[in-house]
Amino acid sequence: MIKKALTKEHFVKYILTAFALSSLLFLFLIFIFILSEGIPLFHKVGLKNIIFGFKWAPTKGSFGIFPMIVSSFLVTFGALMVGAPLGLSCAIYLSEYSGKKLKLFLKPALELLAGIPSVVYGFLGVIYIVPLVRNFLGGPGFSLLATSIILGVMIFPTVISISFDALMSVPKTYREGSFAMGATKWQTIYKVIIPSARSGILASFILGMGRAIGETMAVIMVAGNALRIPTSILDPLRTLTSNIALELAYATGDHRLGLFSTGVVLLVIIMILNYIATFAIRRRVLK
Amino acid sequence: MPKLMGTVLLLILTLPLAFGACSSKDVQAKKRTVTVAGSTSVMPFTEKLAEHFMIDHRDFIVEVQGGGSTAGIQACLNGTVNIGMSSRQLKGEENILNQIIICYDGISLVLNPANPITNLSLKDVRDIFSGKIKNWKELGWIDRSIDAVTREEGSGTRGSFEELVMTDEEIDDGIMVQDSNGSVKEVVATDPYAIGYISLGLVDDKVKAVIIDGVEPSIDTIKLGQYKIVRPFLYVTREGLDDSAREFIDFVLSAAGQNVLKMEGLISVHD
Repeated sequence: MIKKALTKEHFVKYILTAFALSSLLFLFLIFIFILSEGIPLFHKVGLKNIIFGFKWAPTKGSFGIFPMIVSSFLVTFGALMVGAPLGLSCAIYLSEYSGKKLKLFLKPALELLAGIPSVVYGFLGVIYIVPLVRNFLGGPGFSLLATSIILGVMIFPTVISISFDALMSVPKTYREGSFAMGATKWQTIYKVIIPSARSGILASFILGMGRAIGETMAVIMVAGNALRIPTSILDPLRTLTSNIALELAYATGDHRLGLFSTGVVLLVIIMILNYIATFAIRRRVLK
Repeated sequence: MPKLMGTVLLLILTLPLAFGACSSKDVQAKKRTVTVAGSTSVMPFTEKLAEHFMIDHRDFIVEVQGGGSTAGIQACLNGTVNIGMSSRQLKGEENILNQIIICYDGISLVLNPANPITNLSLKDVRDIFSGKIKNWKELGWIDRSIDAVTREEGSGTRGSFEELVMTDEEIDDGIMVQDSNGSVKEVVATDPYAIGYISLGLVDDKVKAVIIDGVEPSIDTIKLGQYKIVRPFLYVTREGLDDSAREFIDFVLSAAGQNVLKMEGLISVHD
């Protein structure tokens, strides 16, 4: 009887291990697939001509994605400009000022914001933000500015939830100590709490960046997808992700490989961002 | 009770493994199936044709899928579908396929209805899309930059536009890009300063078709050979086409089939 129970225990354990490892397998397969499809073109055209090339005309043999790399960083930076101050303020309010009841209401509402599909954000952007930008600021409306606003709202929940956790993990004794020294609430937040939660807040920004740089659907809809590096915030632009999604349907041969190369570059950028984020979080935990 | 729950949990865990083992049987075994895939420009019209075809041929099922010209041609090359749809000419090794022109489609330049300009020369259009004309003032309207919209690289419509309008000039990098006829139309319909190009069959009162060199884009002017921005819609097939697919293509090329296409604003191969 006991032996039977034990075999069953083992069986369950192995099944669960297998499923847990399958996530790793998927990651591995994605890596292999993207690299095997993307690397050949780097050999053929040259790393420099792809990463630092200015001209993207894949059907005519030019595979430069430099403007898209720059654009990806520009929208990410723009999203951070919009989402980070908003998100951090919201997290500070939630952790330091809001009462328990309001917190119970606000937190799920913010989590709901994270669950809205990106195509809905894109749609709202096309219907409301793009015409607003066009009518009041000029340009076609499909622009760096419109994209930054939409992405800023999209990374808002990520920034809030992670920086909120960071702020909440600051020990109560820090606050009490600061109050005992005669500091006001804002002085305490500004001088004590934020500096001690710094690495967590930083991690929230970096994970927000990861979300912004990887976003595709909403960006295609509001960015205008022009191939040039934008010279003003009202110019249209194309990111790495939208380049892949936009052209994959019709791409063959080297064009298709070019899109996979775009994917390789994107993968490397996101790996670096994730690495920095885990590094920041780990430092916090160790401290 | 916990034992029961344990068993249920086990079942749930092993369920995905069991799924791989069984395969679905073809329920429609008696029906004759024709699969068509390819260009998103040709797809809506093929769907219409399939509907009409299946009314008279009740034992047939015509499955129509999009994916783009290239995907359709590839699918036909490796035998995944019976018929590929293409809105561009075949290139290189694709030429081993048989091509059947099912109809012709005009590409129309479109403006927002609020734009007072009605007439442009082909050279104006070329200069707008190559980035030489950037302001509406140069075309006799207000001092406002032109928001030109093109299609993405590889699209059949873009390919035809480059060939028929741009000739040896390149579309400027600063021009906005949208990935379907519908998106281009949407941008032009909402932005008073926009200009784009879409399939003539899809022009409606949300946008305004531009008169090019004094010729209005319409079925009549295309038939008379006056309107020049015209491209063929193709079906491509492999050697050894099966009878069901052959029957569908015969219907498309018949008077009834061509009539369906005419109703949709396309130009019959018989005209």
